[in-house]
Amino acid sequence: MKKLLIVLATLGILALMAWGFDQAIFIAPTEATMGEVQRIFYYHVPHGILCYLFFSINFVASMLVLSWRRSDPARAMAADAWALCGAEVGVLYCTVNLVTGPLWARPVWGIWWTWDARLTTTLILWLIYVSYLLVRRFAAGSEMQSLAAVLAVFGAIDMPINYLANRIWRTQHPSPVLGGGPDSGLAPPIAAALGWNVLAWAVWGLAVLAIRVYLERRQQRIDSADEAAALAAD
Amino acid sequence: MTAARSNELSWAGLVWSHLRKDLRIEWRSRDAINSMLFFALLVVVLFSMAFDPTQATSREIAGGVLCVATLFASVSALNQAWAREIRHQVLDALRMTPSGGAAMFLAKVLANFLFVGIVQCILGPIFFIFYNLHPLGDTWLLALVIPLGTWALVSNGTFFAALSIRSRSRELLLPLILFPIFLPALLAMVLSVNTILTGDNSDPDHLFIKMLAGYDIVFTTVSLLLFDTVIEAE
Repeated sequence: MKKLLIVLATLGILALMAWGFDQAIFIAPTEATMGEVQRIFYYHVPHGILCYLFFSINFVASMLVLSWRRSDPARAMAADAWALCGAEVGVLYCTVNLVTGPLWARPVWGIWWTWDARLTTTLILWLIYVSYLLVRRFAAGSEMQSLAAVLAVFGAIDMPINYLANRIWRTQHPSPVLGGGPDSGLAPPIAAALGWNVLAWAVWGLAVLAIRVYLERRQQRIDSADEAAALAAD
Repeated sequence: MTAARSNELSWAGLVWSHLRKDLRIEWRSRDAINSMLFFALLVVVLFSMAFDPTQATSREIAGGVLCVATLFASVSALNQAWAREIRHQVLDALRMTPSGGAAMFLAKVLANFLFVGIVQCILGPIFFIFYNLHPLGDTWLLALVIPLGTWALVSNGTFFAALSIRSRSRELLLPLILFPIFLPALLAMVLSVNTILTGDNSDPDHLFIKMLAGYDIVFTTVSLLLFDTVIEAE
């Protein structure tokens, strides 16, 4: 029964992603000024939006680690697995966002990269979470979990700055098309293609996150069993 | 009587006694200031030789060189700031005092701020001579920008030095965490120093100085709130 559900879920996710691909590449109309290269928008924007989702998961889980680390260490361990995996998937999505951006910018702007507020804060966001993952490698044990959770709070502060960057400053990065000023908004077929891709990549990312958390929980169980065995051997 | 006395030794008093201790240690050894001063001097000389700037270009790059020199120099001192508390278990003893982490943290930040400030006061004139600087903007604003940027550096640096002190290879870890977090402040500091030196009036509302002040407030508050967690992490 469980296996059947997993197979069905996998098929459902793959079907949704295929549908999103079809929408982005074949169904959505070609943009008037930029042409075909604009289609990268259906990958760049969903990954940008969704890296906030995964970094938020990391933030919430980190706050739970901090509040449970004394009162309920077992749950703190579970929250820590979510925090780690949220940051990993978030860094992955942020990387895709940072790679697709220049691919689009080169033909449209004529340059790969510019140091405007949006691009810079996104790069900083990425760097902070990479350093978060590094901290987790350098330190060990439950002490590391609290320290990493503290660092996650600092990472989370950068998220609203990044979100607001092209709302506060005039940037070379296009101004927001969703929730922006009165001129913002998308034509219905473009909005539909974008919506399907946000949904497909969200489901895909959450599935990857769930698998990763499952693995991490197993690893934690193995580690604690090893520790118990080492203690018993003494 | 003792109760009244301990009430008198309120939070400010605790900060003051921590600060006095840090200043006395530094006064007797002068490790931090001497090493920072020489290191920053080397960075200034290195950049001056590597780029061999003309007067016009030196105006444009001087802000960045000064900030980066301070940054590199203070990282070496910040690593020592907590490392010398580790010897003879001083840090454990401090944790057992009733003062709490926040007072200890603030005193450490104030002490390091003072040390870096002294280094900058000595380095500043040398810097102006080596780079043949002739500022064109409101020079008095430097007295606002540089302390604000230094505070951002020292407050975050002290916090993350305490965080990384528990890991393996702590000297390596501090810059890896600190630099990404400090980047927004570095950017604001460099841009406003450049505006002052070149007098190009590109930032008439002093937006970047306000941003720097906002950054200081947010990050110092978060650090004060989370410092107990860092120091108690185990």
